[in-house]
Amino acid sequence: MELLAFGKTGWGDELFIATLMTIAVSITAMIIGFFFALIFTPLKLSKNKFFNFIGNSYTTVIRGVPELLVIYLFFFGGTGAVMYVASIFGYNEYIEINAFITGAFAIGIISGAYSTEVFRGAIQSIDKGQFEAAKTLGLNKFGQFFKIILPQTLRLAIPNLSNVWQITLKDTSLISVTGLVEIMRQSYIAAGSTRDPLFFYSFAAVLYLLLTFLSMKIINRLELKYSRGY
Amino acid sequence: MDLELMINSLPKLLSAALITLKLLSVSLIIGLFIGLLFAILRLNKNIFVNKFAYVYSYVFRGTPLLVQIFIIYFGLGQIEYLRSTFLWVILKEPYWCAIIAFALNTGAYTSEILRSAFQTIKPGIIEAGRSLGISSKIIFYKIQIPIAIRQSLPAYGNEIILMMKGTSLASTVTIMDLTGVAKYIISTTFKPIEVFIVAGSIYLFMTFIIHNVIKFLEKKYSFN
Repeated sequence: MELLAFGKTGWGDELFIATLMTIAVSITAMIIGFFFALIFTPLKLSKNKFFNFIGNSYTTVIRGVPELLVIYLFFFGGTGAVMYVASIFGYNEYIEINAFITGAFAIGIISGAYSTEVFRGAIQSIDKGQFEAAKTLGLNKFGQFFKIILPQTLRLAIPNLSNVWQITLKDTSLISVTGLVEIMRQSYIAAGSTRDPLFFYSFAAVLYLLLTFLSMKIINRLELKYSRGY
Repeated sequence: MDLELMINSLPKLLSAALITLKLLSVSLIIGLFIGLLFAILRLNKNIFVNKFAYVYSYVFRGTPLLVQIFIIYFGLGQIEYLRSTFLWVILKEPYWCAIIAFALNTGAYTSEILRSAFQTIKPGIIEAGRSLGISSKIIFYKIQIPIAIRQSLPAYGNEIILMMKGTSLASTVTIMDLTGVAKYIISTTFKPIEVFIVAGSIYLFMTFIIHNVIKFLEKKYSFN
């Protein structure tokens, strides 16, 4: 137990901060994923073959390639890409990108592919009559989407989005390979310096279980809120 | 674009893909048995047996695969007692540690898939079997299991693809699978995009094959 003490003698405070870091990366990645979903869901639903192809390629490639490989691409390629863009503008110094941003972006792209699929499914399962009814009410396109379609989409999407959240949360453990100090990395450091990997990795597992358990509780509440009246 | 590097790295990556496939197939076979066992335990009426199976699947589905590999590879070696038993022969090999972690992980997901498949079997089918005078053991093996397997094919296909992606974590415990070799080439040549395209294509190709095999099986064993 003294291994988990707060302060200089134990690893409690470090692990606590690492847990906050995991939560922060997961939420950031989830939000980045939503942005990707916002772009690619319309593309996937588009009748235009070219747009459709782009949308499908995104979800197929990202969901068919291991997460770790995507992270390595961003980890090794991210700096190069940013420096290349900077060099066009005449800036030739070395730029180091923050591990948090690289990691959140890599996980965000993965999470976005799953979110896209969820939103596509949800929008497709909304009754056609709803779209027509929205039109008949004389709402403009914006109002049709935000007042009529989106609330219904959210209700249908939340159970599946909670799966995406669980996947995203667990995927953040992979960012530890880039050196970002989240739960997994902190456990690795602690295990290395105390020579007690069994304890620290088991404790990491407990922390992840706690996070998934708590987020399930919160999501269940949201689900109830959005399914009022059904 | 460095085409030469892409062509030169292809044979290395392809032979590493064989290791990925080996990891995948061995852990899927073991995982299927674990999954079937725990699905049956989940349906058991004894509350302790039931809860035990539930906790198993909850823990393995609620924690990242990376933690599971690290506990087995780095953690179990710490237990002095284990080092003196024959298990140490297996546990000191990163290859077997990875397979144990993968099998336990996919076993947990498989047990959930099979359990829900068992639960969706219409009671009428079992009753029909009973009214024909078939013993409940034979009903289970000859009626329930085949129907459950057919029911769970689509979900299990997804699980195979997820597991194929999961095997990339073997590279974190020094196994040179497809991702491991890709990372090695990237870190020596600093050409991440080229290597990603080649390695990613191999993964996509494997996904494509798995997807179509499952589709074929679904059609072959469809009810009508």
